[in-house]
Amino acid sequence: MKIIVAIKQVPERDAPIRIAASGKWIEEADLQFAMNEPDAYALEEALQLKEKHGGEVIVVSAGPERVATTIREALAKGADRALHVVCDDLADRDALGVANLLAAAIRPENPDLVLTGLQSEDVGLGQTGVILAELLGLPHSTLILQVEKTDGGIKVKRELEAGWFQTIEMPTPAVLTIQSGGNKLRYATLMGIKKARSKELRTLNAADLAASARAVVTLEQISLPKKQKSTQILPGTGKEAATALVEKLKFEVRVL
Amino acid sequence: MSILVVMEERDGRIGRVSWEAFTAAQLLGTQLNQPVAVVIMGAQTEPLAAEFAGKHAGRVIRLEHALLAPYTPDGYCLALEQLIQSEKTSHLVFPHTYQVRDFVPALAARMGEVLIGDVVAISDGPVFTRQLMQGKLSGAYEHSGDGPCFVSVQAGAFRAEPVAAPSAGAAATIETFSPQIDAGRIRTKPGEPFRGEVQTVDLSSAQLIVSVGRGIREADNLPMVQELATALGAELAASRPICDNGWLPMERQVGSSGQSVAPRLYLAVGISGAIQHLVGMKASQCIVAINKDPDAPIFEVADYGIVGDLFEVVPALTEAVKAAKQ
Repeated sequence: MKIIVAIKQVPERDAPIRIAASGKWIEEADLQFAMNEPDAYALEEALQLKEKHGGEVIVVSAGPERVATTIREALAKGADRALHVVCDDLADRDALGVANLLAAAIRPENPDLVLTGLQSEDVGLGQTGVILAELLGLPHSTLILQVEKTDGGIKVKRELEAGWFQTIEMPTPAVLTIQSGGNKLRYATLMGIKKARSKELRTLNAADLAASARAVVTLEQISLPKKQKSTQILPGTGKEAATALVEKLKFEVRVL
Repeated sequence: MSILVVMEERDGRIGRVSWEAFTAAQLLGTQLNQPVAVVIMGAQTEPLAAEFAGKHAGRVIRLEHALLAPYTPDGYCLALEQLIQSEKTSHLVFPHTYQVRDFVPALAARMGEVLIGDVVAISDGPVFTRQLMQGKLSGAYEHSGDGPCFVSVQAGAFRAEPVAAPSAGAAATIETFSPQIDAGRIRTKPGEPFRGEVQTVDLSSAQLIVSVGRGIREADNLPMVQELATALGAELAASRPICDNGWLPMERQVGSSGQSVAPRLYLAVGISGAIQHLVGMKASQCIVAINKDPDAPIFEVADYGIVGDLFEVVPALTEAVKAAKQ
């Protein structure tokens, strides 16, 4: 199986987020970045499929220079090679604009399977995989927890809402968005990190991909969210705050 | 031009979040001075169309074809695309459900458009607000495409209108649209939905819940939170990452992919409050959050907050609860 995994580099989970002076994006200068966790699950699924059935795992990611560190991490975990679509205007593109870039990079590879995480942890659109399927003309399914190879296709376990699931069969090639929790994530080994240095990382220039960047949906402004409730913050040391909370639970919430 | 709102069935009826989408569509309709038409999709759309007509006046379109059951993204894209081509549509409004997330982005892309998903507010413009960075920021989005604007609304963000029977003479008009769907163009074969593991914990009936998230760092630290739950007489629950790691069974997960709860007390320990979690617990009567990050979105819905190290606060709280109960 030839599997392509689309991964995104996002700000680290605990990174302090500040709004940029433009008011249209976040201040990226002093941020730490990491692999989008749902994409890490997609990569894990791909690596396990390769271990079972053989083949090749190729990682593709779009973004500026810094994205290369996340790509190296994927290679260290076991991906065979990578495509880096270099573009500095990722945040200005809408979901279709980003998917256009990825599709242009993926198309010449003719993969059997394209996997990606169900959504990104930064903008959280949750659309890239589904749009990719449309652009590549492939069947798709979303929120997938398990993938099984069948004759001529795949059988997948899809998560529905409120604890329900469903099995779906489809021919390959196909596109799947992977839900977290289906597998355990692996860590890169020292050996893997060493090997990753010599693996192929090909860069493609966004400008050369003939992918339209015209956005039909634009992020005009970002701001701090409006609070839905006025939170009473209980100050003091851990012990003082705990004592104050118990008072509230006893006399105001009345659950003690 | 008109606005279409595509409603979804849940347990044989129009789902609550679909009514909320209808509210959002009406809001847009007022802003843009455009009529709203309701679309019911499926193989048998009569019951839901009748349910709507029993509660509201207005135009209902039954988008019906035998191949629309069971749901497939291919079938739904083909059917809705044909309806859009025959209607002058400015906006399409959907509930932000798993099903909508599965097919609407593809349909929008087919028309050169992009879904503005998970919208929590609509203001003049129209400007659509959705959350970014796991709820830490809000983004204001505008549509500039030539085609229809696709919007899906987050559960709980718009209030479903109180249900009232339409007054006499203002009945709904129901029409049927039959799309052409070739069975060969439906590429996925879905099976019957099934339940995961046997559910032995019913969190939805719990009065008190202590819920734990990523902040706990390792499985070995869970007993500390369990002790607090035991002292309070509360059920222990968790956010998705804890269950993904196998530290607690999936049946203890609260959120869009787990259980929805509304206890008298929801005490969130080390949970940042991503929207997928918030939708499952924000209806709780009292929410308490313990988190080291003062900007964590959980504090947006919390009644009481403690900003601090949970490894310090939780044991102190357990002791204080025990003392108070003596």
